[in-house]
Amino acid sequence: MSLSFLLLAVAALCALSFYFGRQRAVALSGGRHSNLHSLPVHYGAYTAAWCGLPALFLLLIWYMFQGSVIEALIVSDLPQEVVGDSGRLSLALNSISQIAAGGGEHLTVSPEIVDAGRRLANLQTIANAALVVVMLSVALAGLVLSYRRIEADMRARNNVERISRAIMIVCSAIAILSTVGIVFSLMFETLHFFSKINPLDFLFGLEWSPQTAIRADQVASEGAFGMIPLFVGTLLITLIAMCVAVPVGLFSAIYMGEYAAPKFRAVAKPALEILAGVPTVVYGFFAALTVAPFLRDNGAMLGLDVSSESALAAGLVMGIMIIPFVSSLSDDVMSQVPKSLRDGSYALGATKSETIRQVIFPAALPGIVGAVLLAVSRAIGETMIVVMAAGLAANMTVNPLQAVTTVTVQIVTLLVGDQEFDSAKTLSAFALGLVLFLVTLGLNVFALKVVQKYREKYD
Amino acid sequence: MAAVSQSAMTAEPSVENPKMTARKLDLFYSDNQALYEVNLDIPEQQVTALIGPSGCGKSTFLRCLNRMNDTIDGVTIKGDVTLDGRDIYDKRIDVVQLRARIGMVFQKPNPFPKSIYDNVAYGPRIHGLVNSRDELDEIVMTSLERAGLLKEVKDRLQSPATGLSGGQQQRLCIARAVAVSPEVILMDEPCSALDPIATAKVEELIDELRSNYTIVIVTHSMQQAARVSQRTAFFHLGKLVEVGETDQIFTNPKDERTKGYITGRFG
Repeated sequence: MSLSFLLLAVAALCALSFYFGRQRAVALSGGRHSNLHSLPVHYGAYTAAWCGLPALFLLLIWYMFQGSVIEALIVSDLPQEVVGDSGRLSLALNSISQIAAGGGEHLTVSPEIVDAGRRLANLQTIANAALVVVMLSVALAGLVLSYRRIEADMRARNNVERISRAIMIVCSAIAILSTVGIVFSLMFETLHFFSKINPLDFLFGLEWSPQTAIRADQVASEGAFGMIPLFVGTLLITLIAMCVAVPVGLFSAIYMGEYAAPKFRAVAKPALEILAGVPTVVYGFFAALTVAPFLRDNGAMLGLDVSSESALAAGLVMGIMIIPFVSSLSDDVMSQVPKSLRDGSYALGATKSETIRQVIFPAALPGIVGAVLLAVSRAIGETMIVVMAAGLAANMTVNPLQAVTTVTVQIVTLLVGDQEFDSAKTLSAFALGLVLFLVTLGLNVFALKVVQKYREKYD
Repeated sequence: MAAVSQSAMTAEPSVENPKMTARKLDLFYSDNQALYEVNLDIPEQQVTALIGPSGCGKSTFLRCLNRMNDTIDGVTIKGDVTLDGRDIYDKRIDVVQLRARIGMVFQKPNPFPKSIYDNVAYGPRIHGLVNSRDELDEIVMTSLERAGLLKEVKDRLQSPATGLSGGQQQRLCIARAVAVSPEVILMDEPCSALDPIATAKVEELIDELRSNYTIVIVTHSMQQAARVSQRTAFFHLGKLVEVGETDQIFTNPKDERTKGYITGRFG
């Protein structure tokens, strides 16, 4: 019985127990629901939960341990000289699982291994059958026990409340734990990287050329892993992007929120937000194929030397991408400024722009700062546009007409292509990722703090 | 003599030499009519109280007097409102200057999130009433003094206005309105968010301000209307039911509805 059938069977049992639980409650009530502590549907949900949840929990535990238990059983039967050597052991286990899966005819292995393979296949069949039996009986037991506990004054409603709270806790735990997991995996790989490269060289080095020898006898430089040029490039492009996005986004937010007639706003605001829906890869080739050549050609006319992959092109397009982000967030915070403040200003004879400049904008400023910081962290983490338009050369420059490279671009190039997975070159991607993560995390936390401080003022 | 001649025409909405007048004023929020043919005169340097049950149109009427209803979408107004005999809904009137002449204090204190000083200086600054820092200081000090707030805040003029108590904030809003030297001050239930002690202070202040300004106050409290006003107008369902001297309205109302409201039979 495959897993999906098993799950279907448990679901069917749940539905059945819901029905039974509800029926029993209705029967106990004698036709009047007010005789029950809870609504019949609560009793149904209660039995269904006790039927399904323990079974699912068991399934989870089972899958967590099935592999290692079976492996331990197999290993205990293998000859001593195989078990003693970890390299040989993993090779043997590999062959065993191939044989168990029905393949492995091409392998030349000892008869013990072939036996072990058969045993493994056997064990797996037994385990799967046992799982089906155990799970269905747990589900049935849950059904019967909870069914028998149903009485007119049982607090099914409160029980269901507790169960749904537990489900929500599990869901949020999954979200939080996966973030923690990602951070930890980044951290371990980074520590691994720092065992090969001095952290100080990485953090403060001014040269980035991650070339390492692939073979031991290859003639190649050891590579330089200084991340400063990458961060300079990232910050340069971010700065250009913010120079575009902040004024345009802010002023369009002010126009949309304060001046535009409702009819115009109803059309223009969604149109602006379409910008946020354009896939970044589309922005990327717009930057690389339209904006960059345009800048290069016009730069040439003005006598400027613009490289065909310039920080300016990438930054401009990234700025356009971020406009809706800035404008919708700052529109939100400005519309949260209470009407009473506007009225107070108008009643003193202030014009609209005076009111916006002197009352609304200062009142919304912390929120706008928060919006801008969130936009910055978005720009720093943006990848696709810069991969296509910014270039790969790690130039240490603040000239926007030159090609620069960013942290995200380097992470992409480091991990694309054939590399050993434990070379310094590959591992440096994790270190870069961790630093990038810490920077954007810091910015986000700071931005949220600023926004929160603002919220406290008016609620 | 003046009192006798005024009380003789209490049934009439008009007074001699009114500061402001409203004639046949209709107001619509989209399709809902909120005011019906309101005729009312506001006498100069007196306090006029507008009373009536919730939703009767008294605040709406008040906001017609400085054209604050312009900021609400879908409002149409018919009829005339004049200030010193000039129609304030005339196209040639600059609404920004009009509002500088007719100040307003709101139900909830709404100080700007700026310092106490900057709150009061806001009006003079935007209207260019002063040429130097000294003049501005002078205006801020006199306005705070007039609002009876100077003693309490003179040591912390630069601290944020939102840190003041509710009653202090409301007096700050009055100081802010006074700083522009308006001729008329409109007050929309200025004490409804204040405790009794702060209310008493604001009422005292209103009585003092009367010597320099014409005041129109909307209030839910009939005691307040009786305490601070010289004339009282009773609104009901968007119509002006009765207007007259405050004493007369409270002791000898002519209309059954007025009587019913002030004796607490409805409202």
